[in-house]
Amino acid sequence: MIQAVRLRKHYGSTKAVDDLSFVVKPGRVTGFLGPNGAGKSTTMRMILGLDTPTGGDVTIDGKYYTELKHPLRKVGALLDAKWVHPNRSARSHLKWMAVSNKIPVSRVDEVLAIVGLTEVANKRAGGFSLGMAQRLGIAGALLGDPEVLLFDEPVNGLDPEGILWIRQFMHRLADEGRTVFVSSHLLSEMAQTAQDLIVIGKGQLIAQTTTEQFISDATQDHVRVRSPQAVKLREILAAHATVTEDAVDGALVVHGIPASQIGEIAAENQIVLHELNPQRGSLEEAFMQLTKESVEYHAH
Amino acid sequence: MTLLAVERIKLFSTRSPYWCTALAIAMSVGFAALLAANADQVGVGLTQAGTRLALVVVLVLGALAVTTEYRFSTIRATFLAVPGRTSALVAKTVVVALVAGVIGEIAAFGSWAIAKVIKPSADLAINTGAEWRAVAGVGLTFAIGAILAIAVGILVRQTAGAVAILLVWSMLAENLVGLIPKVGVKIQAWLPFMNSDHFLASDSPAGADGEAAGGVVFKLSHWGSLGYFAGIAVALLVVALVVAKRRDA
Repeated sequence: MIQAVRLRKHYGSTKAVDDLSFVVKPGRVTGFLGPNGAGKSTTMRMILGLDTPTGGDVTIDGKYYTELKHPLRKVGALLDAKWVHPNRSARSHLKWMAVSNKIPVSRVDEVLAIVGLTEVANKRAGGFSLGMAQRLGIAGALLGDPEVLLFDEPVNGLDPEGILWIRQFMHRLADEGRTVFVSSHLLSEMAQTAQDLIVIGKGQLIAQTTTEQFISDATQDHVRVRSPQAVKLREILAAHATVTEDAVDGALVVHGIPASQIGEIAAENQIVLHELNPQRGSLEEAFMQLTKESVEYHAH
Repeated sequence: MTLLAVERIKLFSTRSPYWCTALAIAMSVGFAALLAANADQVGVGLTQAGTRLALVVVLVLGALAVTTEYRFSTIRATFLAVPGRTSALVAKTVVVALVAGVIGEIAAFGSWAIAKVIKPSADLAINTGAEWRAVAGVGLTFAIGAILAIAVGILVRQTAGAVAILLVWSMLAENLVGLIPKVGVKIQAWLPFMNSDHFLASDSPAGADGEAAGGVVFKLSHWGSLGYFAGIAVALLVVALVVAKRRDA
């Protein structure tokens, strides 16, 4: 279990992380969601003792990361796949990590097999593609067979096959009872990967809930209706729902009642319908709605 | 011991230490061969002239051992594996200093041996304390130099910056201080690389080739100078370790 209590990290007047509290539970994949620059990586670095919080604290099963005797056996992390010396072989990279935490060196070949890098184990890591580097990073995270796993944007730059592999992999880790904490700036990705969500923007907590709950709250259903008697229909529907007009083609946009009910109302009043089209708000739209206040850099 | 093994694996699984080692030894031995072949009078001290250049290469090796870790962020991977930053960095320093010491001994005795081969007639027997110091002492100065280079590497974190500082400091700056009227030579007596050179120098510095050491009156004995050089290097390392501990990785 990872627990953050009123965690803060300020750089001068910039509040990268501001009064952030959350809990990451074992046995589930927890998504850490927020736009770029929201403070996800900074938070992860503080969990791992690389950065010192300005205030508050974050612990793993009640202990600071820096207090762990053999941290790689308790916590596995992939923050950046490029944290490897380009002239060092994949095996040497994992070997020094294993030795540092008194993990049997035989484990190196085991994790290389798990991520499918056995054939390139003695090749220099600098020549690896992004997908291979990402797999090497995951091998490093798994080295100590840890209970807690942290992944920072693990699917960035991966091909669809790699994305699917990582997604299934994280589910398997969580099913084994481990704590899996994975960050992303893509809600659509998290919707398929995470069971719980911690959503942040500008360093502050926006929501902590299950993914299902978050999505149903965030995406509002509406129905597009077109009719030659639009004015009359609008008057009638206004008694039951919120009706607005699509600025582009003049179609009615109805919030609050399902398409079936709109159809029945139209039939009762003998109104002709040309279109009755239920729409589901997209995840990305919903996410942008939620975080638009907290995006650091806007494109205009 | 575990951490020493870790740093040993890390150092020898990249290429730059091998290059630096080869270059350091080749430079000193090559220089000794050149001097032995062309000089009229060859003494034990002269065979070691090239080791001063090899020291500079070892300084680069020491700095690279740290700055490449920052360059490729493997320092973060290191601190994740070993959150006790001080012990991780001390282990690195010990390993690199030991390697530098070995390079120094190979360079020194290799230089001496090549001169002996080229000029078998010259008196190159190592039989006085000063001669032993001049040859066997090279490894000590290399080891201390490596500690100092690592400290600079930790503080500066960038290869270009750290290497530039070490090159200018060891090759140029300390000599230029001598140009300051009156106090220049007095300051020089307390500069670290000057003291390192003083440790290796023969007992009578009033030689013809004494332009660098010329005029500098050292207050310390030869071994005192070595201790002073070591003290400066360790002090700088302590500062670097404190900074590394406080800084975000």
